[in-house]
Amino acid sequence: MDYSYFPGCSLESAHSSYNDSVKKVFDHLGCRLHELEDWNCCGATAYMSVKEIVGFAISARNLAIAEKNKRDLIAPCSSCYTILAKTHRYMSELPELKNRVNDCLKEGGLSYNLSVKVRHPLDVLINDIGLEKIRSGVKYSLGGLKIANYYGCQIVRPEKGFDDREEPVTMDNLFSAVGAVNVYYPMKVKCCGGMLMTTYEDVALKLSKEIIECAVNNGANCIVTTCPLCQMNLEAYQDQINNTYNTNYVIPILFFTQVLGLAFGFSEEELGIDKNLTAGINIKTETVHQ
Amino acid sequence: MKIEKIKIPGKLSLKEQDLRLSFLRQLEAVPNSEKIKSCIQCGTCTGSCPVSYAMDISPREVIALFRAGDIESLLHSKTIWVCASCYACQTRCPALIKVTDIIYALKRLAMEKNIYPPNFPVYSLSKSFVDIMNSYGRLHEPRLLVYYFMKTNPFKLFSFMPLGLRMAKRKRIGYFPSKIKDIKNFKNIIKKAEQYDMPRAAEDVQYLKDAVGYSAIDKKTELESKK
Repeated sequence: MDYSYFPGCSLESAHSSYNDSVKKVFDHLGCRLHELEDWNCCGATAYMSVKEIVGFAISARNLAIAEKNKRDLIAPCSSCYTILAKTHRYMSELPELKNRVNDCLKEGGLSYNLSVKVRHPLDVLINDIGLEKIRSGVKYSLGGLKIANYYGCQIVRPEKGFDDREEPVTMDNLFSAVGAVNVYYPMKVKCCGGMLMTTYEDVALKLSKEIIECAVNNGANCIVTTCPLCQMNLEAYQDQINNTYNTNYVIPILFFTQVLGLAFGFSEEELGIDKNLTAGINIKTETVHQ
Repeated sequence: MKIEKIKIPGKLSLKEQDLRLSFLRQLEAVPNSEKIKSCIQCGTCTGSCPVSYAMDISPREVIALFRAGDIESLLHSKTIWVCASCYACQTRCPALIKVTDIIYALKRLAMEKNIYPPNFPVYSLSKSFVDIMNSYGRLHEPRLLVYYFMKTNPFKLFSFMPLGLRMAKRKRIGYFPSKIKDIKNFKNIIKKAEQYDMPRAAEDVQYLKDAVGYSAIDKKTELESKK
């Protein structure tokens, strides 16, 4: 299976561990990811809320390039995923918007004709590759590892995508298949505060605290996420949360591909787990050789 | 009290007429935006919103104030800036109103009309983001933070130093931004798109003169079908 691959800006620098682990996991399962040539930033929510048509146009530039390759486009970052998918959907629903955006793309020698499917790696793992194949790739059982599956906002909302918007289960199914235990986690689709961490810090700290609190209280060893921004908020601000709320949470925040990679037998270094700020905590002690 | 300030039921001030028209135009790129008419004021949006406790006008009241013909209050609210765009309201709305997209539209309108405090955090962050994007085609996170804090509170940068060092130790900071190859065509696309995003002259304000609340949407549809 071949896919176009859109890493996005944060996977290039601060979250290269997500990039590495996605590639490792897909390679292990026999999937080829072709990085989209000369991709640009998707614009994220920041651009859409300043200039709308520019936001759609720069996001559509990536879709136009992907269209030439005639492959589904995988975007691991939740924000990239939702913005690219939204651009595709709104252009399909509003012919007037499609005309305007294509008019802009023409200036760059491109056009987009709505044929690209934007996919999240979680969706591809479950629905294209399948749990059978994933199970056959497992080298270590994650027996005993207790996981809080945190989906965040933007892969399940706003439109119904590959999973339920209130009670998604794809990640839960994935990790039960590789032997981990999913703790009861009602905060799985709550917002972590996102960019508010830089603008309204007090609000974002409260939201992030509630997400960590619920995982810790329900006995999770780690929180597993799909989004670089959630990972950053929950991990890098743990100290500040502890200072503000007089708590002492220390819990690793991992990307779902990092945990899956552990089950496939990759080392912590290969998966970039040593780059986590909470790297001192040994996650592998929880895994049992099959 | 200025005459402009008196709110007469069924009549909009000139300023409000102009804001209303600009607002409806901001909604042009939102599919099914006319669903705003179907609001039953149930409050599901406010109940679902994780940050409504920090807002001065709740998401339900946002729709109510639009209906009442008071967009100006919305543009001055904290609400539009504190929205984290988690889409919980939009997902749960029983009337299928795109609440998050409506708040985006208000945010863009406030920026278009220059209604925000100086060095306002959300605006400064978005603006810094746009500046970096326009010159490199990709975002460079460390630079974003530096630009942002230089615009808002340079001293805050120091408090980020410990975290920055921890990140650097784990090789998680890219020191140089990567730039896309075809930056020339990328800039051409942006230049063209910016023309579409320019505030347009309110040539058909007359049509909407007395349109309060939902009737404004009908008038706008009527206007467009005549074109």
